[in-house]
Amino acid sequence: MNDDLTRLSAAELATRIHSREVSAVEAAQAHLDRIEAVDGDVHAFLHVGAQAALESATLVDESLAAGTAPASPLAGVPLALKDVLTTTDMPTTVGSRILEGWRPPYDATVTSRLRAAGITILGKTNMDEFAMGSSTEYSAYGPTHNPWALDRIPGGSGGGSAAALAAFEAPLAIGTDTGGSIRQPASMTGTVGVKPTYGGVSRYGLVACASSLDQAGPCARTVLDAALLHEIIGGHDPLDSTSIDAPVPAVVEAARRGAEGDLRGLRVGVVRELTGEGYQAGVQENFDAALRELEKLGAEVVEVSAPHFQYGLAAYYLILPSEVSSNLARFDAMRYGLRVDKGASAEEVMAATREAGFGPEVKRRIILGTYALSSGYYDAYYGQAQKVRTLISRDFAAAFEQADVLVSPTAPTTAFPIGDKVDDPLAMYLNDLATIPTNLAGTAAMSVPSGVAAEDGLPTGLQIMAPALGEAVMYRVGAAYEAARDAADGSAFATRAPELEVRA
Amino acid sequence: MSAPTLVDFDDVVDRYDPMLGLEVHVELSTNTKMFCGCPTEFGAEPNTQVCPTCLGLPGSLPVVNRTAVESAIRIGLALNCDIAPWGRFARKNYFYPDMPKNFQTSQYDEPIAVNGHLDVTLEDGTVVRVEIERAHMEEDTGKSLHVGGATGRIHGAEYSLLDYNRAGVPLIEIVTKMIPDTGARAPEVARAYVTALRDLIRSLGVSDVRMDQGSMRCDVNLSLSPRGSGILGTRSETKNVNSLRSVERAVRYEMSRHAGVLDAGDKVVQETRHFQEDTASTRSGRIKETSEDYRYFPEPDLVPIAPSAEWVEELRGTLPELPWERRARIQREWGLSDAELRDLVNAEALDLVAATVDAGAPSGDARSWWVSYLSQQANTRGVVLDALPITPAQLARVIELVTSGELNNKLARQVVDGVLEGEGEPDEVVAKRGLAVVSDDGALIAAVDEALAAQPDVAEKIRGGKVAAAGAIVGAVMKATKGQADAKRVRELIIERCGA
Repeated sequence: MNDDLTRLSAAELATRIHSREVSAVEAAQAHLDRIEAVDGDVHAFLHVGAQAALESATLVDESLAAGTAPASPLAGVPLALKDVLTTTDMPTTVGSRILEGWRPPYDATVTSRLRAAGITILGKTNMDEFAMGSSTEYSAYGPTHNPWALDRIPGGSGGGSAAALAAFEAPLAIGTDTGGSIRQPASMTGTVGVKPTYGGVSRYGLVACASSLDQAGPCARTVLDAALLHEIIGGHDPLDSTSIDAPVPAVVEAARRGAEGDLRGLRVGVVRELTGEGYQAGVQENFDAALRELEKLGAEVVEVSAPHFQYGLAAYYLILPSEVSSNLARFDAMRYGLRVDKGASAEEVMAATREAGFGPEVKRRIILGTYALSSGYYDAYYGQAQKVRTLISRDFAAAFEQADVLVSPTAPTTAFPIGDKVDDPLAMYLNDLATIPTNLAGTAAMSVPSGVAAEDGLPTGLQIMAPALGEAVMYRVGAAYEAARDAADGSAFATRAPELEVRA
Repeated sequence: MSAPTLVDFDDVVDRYDPMLGLEVHVELSTNTKMFCGCPTEFGAEPNTQVCPTCLGLPGSLPVVNRTAVESAIRIGLALNCDIAPWGRFARKNYFYPDMPKNFQTSQYDEPIAVNGHLDVTLEDGTVVRVEIERAHMEEDTGKSLHVGGATGRIHGAEYSLLDYNRAGVPLIEIVTKMIPDTGARAPEVARAYVTALRDLIRSLGVSDVRMDQGSMRCDVNLSLSPRGSGILGTRSETKNVNSLRSVERAVRYEMSRHAGVLDAGDKVVQETRHFQEDTASTRSGRIKETSEDYRYFPEPDLVPIAPSAEWVEELRGTLPELPWERRARIQREWGLSDAELRDLVNAEALDLVAATVDAGAPSGDARSWWVSYLSQQANTRGVVLDALPITPAQLARVIELVTSGELNNKLARQVVDGVLEGEGEPDEVVAKRGLAVVSDDGALIAAVDEALAAQPDVAEKIRGGKVAAAGAIVGAVMKATKGQADAKRVRELIIERCGA
């Protein structure tokens, strides 16, 4: 019975909890048991807060027993939180040695909203150090394994959150997406991941990678679950100046409407620059099949061009490291985190700590960014990259004149073997080719599973992109496609993941 | 390092033209910090006014203090600046333990106020227009305390303590353009500018501008060029100039030092120097071998500041009477000569006198109290005038008691002394010390008769018509009444009793 609870969607589990058919404590315990059973192999979690999870679930049960209405549509449902968001009751390490064991004195706004919604936070999930990476191999605490094939990467940086969903360790997760860190892992693990419009979800308490690109978002196994979570974490936060002061788009309603399967009157734009060469055969085949599915649902498929997307990767790898070099300057051993007491002066201690505390990818980007911002180079690098960013925004604006949403494969390949690209940063960076433009423009996008590649049996993802605050139409298309795909397959996609060996 | 060769000041100005630039940091007296809700009060226990944002904890974010922006705009307007309709904050990146994020959120190439001026009046009435390049907003750093070692400086210290209470306090930095052609008056111009700026900002009520507490800090930039050559020299930047007098002395010292270097055929080193109050000299700080690369870039955690024209005009409407306008008005209303006004200003007494007048005292009495007796008291105690523990309202009450005849001047000084000693309000001091003038004729007549009896020869003279001799008896009566008698009444009674 317990095992069954982990297979339910969040929406279904919530219904059972709120009708008191099952308790929130049972739901939490079932997932804690599952984590116990499979996470030794998957390593999705860096920290499991069993006691706090059960206490939180108990409060939900008590409140329901007292006849109080649920605090939110997801009250009592367990969730896996990426270890980049601060939590007062659990460490926050950001996958880095430099913050090993750090207990923040404050909750991120996302964390507070989850708590207020009665969602059970199971623990903190693994990630590439400071969200820099596309495979979760750059975590200082060891890689996460893809539940579909344990010798493969789960994507990154949010591989832990995505793997937790695919391994049925949690029905909901929170990720953060700076260049694809929610969507690419979703694609690699056959789950749903949403990068909201920049400013749609508060960044307060999100340990910054690149401030102008970072965005937290919902991860789930179904589009509706993601929508339910999106409405809970989204919305204006006075503690984040870049947070948008506007109502959260009505994504739950849009997802329900989409599931009815009618996309007539909608135009879906295929971005010419994000298909074809460089995309694995099975990825491209599944993308083409998805387009046919969308047409069957009544959508008009048109081709659009975004000529500046080809410069997106280059611009991204100047803007991101520049912000990183400044954001990560604060990790200096003076106030919190690791301290290596080598040398007589504060400067020497800072240098020794940063040398020991940061991994290779983080150091690479700090050095790149320090260089790009240097006097004499600023205009050529950071300045130019910002201009490219503007051009990419204009490409999006022009494309959204012709189409309501844009689509592409989420990632060019399926999950690659652990160790394959860890020494080849450029090959690793190419993973995010299709996801990066959205971050540069501050618009919204999601990844929905689009089947498995014929050649390797691994999941692929369909990326659906929408204008800023255009999440409703994105969820509608995503939910319509998901329903059609499941109907064609005869089962929900996530249920087709291979069984994991359960260890006692 | 050998002591620098100093050239006689008159000799310096004979042969060199000083180029002066002043950067003044003003801590705003907002209730909360620049980017978070922490209080800004001075002197709290270390690290008690901090939060995730001003400690730069991972994940924390800044939110701009609207009142600080308002203050910055008002300062800009009072300095005749243009207010930028759109501007971003920038990050100034460098590592230092008292800077929580290892970058300072500041404004770089998009300051809120640009291109202004401040007209500064010198001692002799000469007006010098100081052009203002910019005024921009930024956050203050924390404070380091180096413990152990002889100097209190970081070198040789055993350990350092950090206090982040000040981290994130809003600062406005006001930068002048190069002030040319000041010649021998460069030190005076520097001082007069900082004084005028201080008075201006104080009148806006946006900062308490206390140089002794660090809420106003001045950096002096100075270079020399050979007289009439127009060739810009290398400048030094002197920090830690913590009083008006020091501003003047720092300029004077640096002019002499630069000339010494140049006369020896050496090059002035571009460096930061620190002013030393005790010796009125400067010492070398860190040498800027290359200009420090702060890797400025727009602060991505904040949205641009875009004050609307309506808001700016609304704030212009809130500008108070400016200090020089006020001075002119006061001079007119009180009928002061230029010299009298200058004495008041130099004694830092103008505001205090004005407040005393506002509390009901005649301006002549108020002036004389603040400029003479209270200035002496301040000197004796080694504090500035407005740090004396007496308020204008209290002084106005004392003056009222004198005017009504309840106190004479001698008693009034004792009442003021009592207030300064913390004995309470003037009326309480009068009561406690029993200082009221003795106006009961009965008691006075007894004292007069006693004094006349004690000095029969003097009494005889008075009876004989030598009224001037009454002075000796008045003195005796005053002595007998411990000064509490009304001397005028005593004199009347003596003459009455002698039938003269």
